[in-house]
Amino acid sequence: MMLEHILVLSAYLFSIGIYGLITSQNMVRALMCLELILNAVNINFVTFSDFFDSRQLKGNIFSIFVIAIAAAEVAIGSAIVSSIYRTRKSTRINQSTLLNK
Amino acid sequence: MILSVLSSPALVSGLMVARAKNPVHSVLFPILVFRDTSSLLLLLGLYFSAMIFPVVHIGAIAVSFLFVVMMFYIQIAEIHEEVLRYLPVSGIIGLIFWWEMFFILDNETIPLLPTQRNTTSLRYTVYAVKVRSWTNLETLGNLLYTYYSVWFLVSSTIFKALSWGVSLLK
Repeated sequence: MMLEHILVLSAYLFSIGIYGLITSQNMVRALMCLELILNAVNINFVTFSDFFDSRQLKGNIFSIFVIAIAAAEVAIGSAIVSSIYRTRKSTRINQSTLLNK
Repeated sequence: MILSVLSSPALVSGLMVARAKNPVHSVLFPILVFRDTSSLLLLLGLYFSAMIFPVVHIGAIAVSFLFVVMMFYIQIAEIHEEVLRYLPVSGIIGLIFWWEMFFILDNETIPLLPTQRNTTSLRYTVYAVKVRSWTNLETLGNLLYTYYSVWFLVSSTIFKALSWGVSLLK
């Protein structure tokens, strides 16, 4: 019972994260939705490894690496957003239309 | 019952991340989501992961985003005129997710739905934990530094790339 509840919660957070990532005009909101996605994936991995993999804990170990990647990507993403804001003075996603006709 | 009490703010907060008008709110709501994730891990008995998730996700990631958001003047109101453009394809993907839910849920969870009716699916009882149990920290350490030690050392290259990237972006 608990397994299904947690899996449904992680799938729900994953879909909300994808929805927010696709339909957001703001770069910071897109990055926060990406963090939601990574968090949902983490819950999924950790739940499966807790229920089915007591010997090797592959899911739990992999979620440690996913946390490391999420933290690194947050730093790089915020540095990129900062430099874009410094040159363009706005954080809208659809402002890079110079190649359009 | 305690599961739904602890995880129901995550359902609302997750939606508010995507739909909040103020971008500062869309950085504050994931803090609630991470807190709910950590409490779920507490219920599973993974105490080390339940401690690491808030420390990294809230303490490092959300704080970094708060710095970014508060340094810049970000426009408050967004124009949501392009939301319906994504509705056909994303609707199909959403329907596929919703269809997959019926393979997981059984009739005991949500009655009156056409779900599976066996109530003994995915039951798992551990008896060894009642004899002598390892803490989550011991198990992770037993694996991460012995069998998966090469992966652990290779993942340090992530932080090498991070430091290069941040120094090049200035």
